[in-house]
Amino acid sequence: MRNLNGKKRKYEKQLRREEELLKKKRKKAKKRKNREYSIVSCFFVLIFVSLIGYLVYFNVWEREDIISSPYNSRQDQAEDRIVRGSIIASGGEVLAYTQVDDQGNETRVYPYGNMFAHVVGYEANGKSGLEALANSSLMSTHHEYIDRFKNDLLDLKNPGDSVVTTLNATLQEAAYNALGGYNGAVVVMDPQTGAVLASVSKPDFDPNTVEENWDTLVNDTTSSILLNRASQGAYPPGSIFKVIMSLAYLREHGTLDDFSYNCTGSITEDGHTIPCFDGEVHGEVDFTTAFAESCNTSFVQMGLDLGASSIQKTAEDLLFNTDLPISLDYRKSTIDLKKSEGIPFLMQSSIGQGTTLVSPMHMAMITSAIANGGELMEPYYIDRVENDTGDEVKSTTPSVYKRLMSESEAETLKNLMTEVVNSGTGTELSGESYSAAGKTGSAEYEAGDGSIMTHSWFIGFSNVEDPDLVVAVIAEGAGTGSSVAVPIAHAIFNTYYYG
Amino acid sequence: MLNIIVEISKYLILLIMILYTLESFWVFRYEENYDQRYVLRNQLLLIIFLNFTAFLIIFLQTEELKVLYIFAALILYLIIVQALYRVFYKTSSLLLLNHMCMLLSIGFIMLARLDADSGLRQMAIAVAATTLAMVIPVMIRKMYFLKKLTWLYAGVGILLLLLVLVAGSNVNGAKININLGGFVFQPSEFVKIIFVFFVASRLYKKSATFMDHVITTAVAAAYVLILVLSRDLGSAVVFFITYVVMLYVATKKPIYLLAGLGSGCIAAVIAYFLFAHVRQRVVAWQDPFSVWETSGYQILQGLFAIGAGGWLGVGLGNGSPELIPFVQQDYMFAAICEELGGLFAICMILVCMSMFLLVVNISYRIKKRFYKLIALGLGTEYAFQVFLTIGGVSKFIPMTGITLPLVSYGGSSVLATIIMLAIIQGLYILREDEDEEFERQKEKI
Repeated sequence: MRNLNGKKRKYEKQLRREEELLKKKRKKAKKRKNREYSIVSCFFVLIFVSLIGYLVYFNVWEREDIISSPYNSRQDQAEDRIVRGSIIASGGEVLAYTQVDDQGNETRVYPYGNMFAHVVGYEANGKSGLEALANSSLMSTHHEYIDRFKNDLLDLKNPGDSVVTTLNATLQEAAYNALGGYNGAVVVMDPQTGAVLASVSKPDFDPNTVEENWDTLVNDTTSSILLNRASQGAYPPGSIFKVIMSLAYLREHGTLDDFSYNCTGSITEDGHTIPCFDGEVHGEVDFTTAFAESCNTSFVQMGLDLGASSIQKTAEDLLFNTDLPISLDYRKSTIDLKKSEGIPFLMQSSIGQGTTLVSPMHMAMITSAIANGGELMEPYYIDRVENDTGDEVKSTTPSVYKRLMSESEAETLKNLMTEVVNSGTGTELSGESYSAAGKTGSAEYEAGDGSIMTHSWFIGFSNVEDPDLVVAVIAEGAGTGSSVAVPIAHAIFNTYYYG
Repeated sequence: MLNIIVEISKYLILLIMILYTLESFWVFRYEENYDQRYVLRNQLLLIIFLNFTAFLIIFLQTEELKVLYIFAALILYLIIVQALYRVFYKTSSLLLLNHMCMLLSIGFIMLARLDADSGLRQMAIAVAATTLAMVIPVMIRKMYFLKKLTWLYAGVGILLLLLVLVAGSNVNGAKININLGGFVFQPSEFVKIIFVFFVASRLYKKSATFMDHVITTAVAAAYVLILVLSRDLGSAVVFFITYVVMLYVATKKPIYLLAGLGSGCIAAVIAYFLFAHVRQRVVAWQDPFSVWETSGYQILQGLFAIGAGGWLGVGLGNGSPELIPFVQQDYMFAAICEELGGLFAICMILVCMSMFLLVVNISYRIKKRFYKLIALGLGTEYAFQVFLTIGGVSKFIPMTGITLPLVSYGGSSVLATIIMLAIIQGLYILREDEDEEFERQKEKI
């Protein structure tokens, strides 16, 4: 009996064990079956979660940048909820504001009239200048929260944010007055930050009356009043192109020391003759003298030796034929030294004639890079955005856009440009308490009546060792660089240093 | 005064959506059927309350009678559909049904706000589709031969896609639609369902050999290729991913998953270099500002809308989603973000995710492999489509131009999605039947 019981127990034990084994097997099978589903589910949950994560990221970090894009016209829909904010100069001077009368009618007022016309722009029949660039900031509000909520509920308008520009009203005024009655443009920049301190374009207009005068302004095809010549102008560079030629020569030879040339007043090649300005004979010159005296024949010979592609490449390194980091409307500078055009074309191009066209803003940027040890700071016009009570909403941090040349290359060009002021075509700038460097240019062009006229160019900077200001000046048809453009730069520097 | 109402409604709508979303996940905590039903009823009330608030605001702003028509039709629709399912399909998944109602509601709210006429049209299609779909669960139960029609599926699917490739009308450079006597018809939406049936009928047999898989893959590749040639990139990617997932789950071989995804990446790179329209999309994604006037325009307008909305949205009727080209078809998500806010949009993504997990769960618990694979395939198509459209609109991934199921405007899309969900309901009911059968057998023993 006991034996039987024992057998039974043993049998039961075995049964249990088998059952457990079966269970384990089943569990394992289930797990195996489950694995594919877990992986697929996890994969898709991950996808959905990353989608949500991205939306959070967008709303926290990307949102402000996206909605303040000048392409965003959605802010215009806010017109009935927000009073357009003001545009303010770096010193606090108001450049544009919206006046609201008792009936609630709004008028956009520009206290400085024509002086800031192109850079600040207008806001009627479309927008231009900073009015367009900063549109979404001006039409957004960071007004105090509770009051804003109250205004929302009561259907009252909230004050839009103010845009504080980098523009310096004193320098702008000096540049504007110095350019006087000439058509042309002046750009003043801080080479160490990229801040644009002044930007003048003439002929100009009164932004207060753009709406009334719209037809005249738009139909004006001869002088293109609305065009911002500072960034959209297209001028032959003339002798300021010698800066680019010098860099091309430096990159080809590694040094300027072994250059020498005997200037006889003109150079003839392939039946084409190019004289020095006014037929001057410079005699035996080294590189520094050739540059300081702006000796055409030296640079033509240099161009013939370097060849078209080497010059073209250096120019493109300096952002010719390229998009520029300018936030206002601009024109790309163009250079196309096709070999097929032949020797005379190459000779012309070597002294900045030919078909090469540049904007004053681009020339100011190249000069900034030279002044700043080769690094180009990204130009900017908006220093910060504030709400109506002056609390900062966001601000621009100066940033390096690109290194255009090595430090030693910049140093070499700096020395060449210093010599222009010390002994060359820019001596008017010497003898001041500040040091200066630069390059003049006299770019010939054919005027409407067929006569040959000369644009007066100057690019340069002040306080050479620790540069404060970069200027680029062009006065259309005004004569040589030294006679008109240099005095304009001089006036700007003097205003900055002597007030 | 209206301002105050809109402002308050904004918070109310968001609150309703958050509650609904929480309950979608909360419901699984209840073991008791009774408690679950309570939560599900609660969700239905929230849907109706949401519609009431939103349509009231839209009506106050537009004072258009059509808005009221849509509202009345929608409420009637919700009540009838819910009642019918509760009477005839007692064992159906009510959460799935709720999700369908919720997403349709969001779509109708936005359509009523954007363009009441298309809202009415969409309503007619939704009603027709749902009526048609009511018989599908029964059909699934009765039609045992569905798994034998393999080559019919393949033939019909490929023929339809070829038809679009040859005779389709050109919409924004992609051939997607066919014009049938005034009715614009988007075959790829229906081919999606046929495709899943084809793949499931090929893969469900455990005896399938490697050679069988090669043939199946070749046919699936043909589908994808035709879609790429029609420039319907979104659908092409959805078909591809669905096939890879189905193949992996059917064969249980991770190598297929890896090989599939790997070859997908290679194919994407080849497509990038081969087709200009693919490159164009990638450029518009990387830097939409550089192609502002052309392919970047729509993306940027969408981003401006999402940005304008922020977390809370600007309130129904306060935004300008009409600035986005094709907002009702492709950019519904941006319009939702702008007016109802980013938080609302995130809740909606969670609802879509819950929908997908529900379908996968249904698939997991079905025992018959053919049905299992169908549920999985349809769920995958749904989820990936949601990802592509929302990701594309928010510039997370390149834009592929595909609709947000149930929410976007588009007759074919709504019709196909409602049929898809009816099939899944049919499979769910089948599964419940299986369970009952199992219980009965157990009792007998």
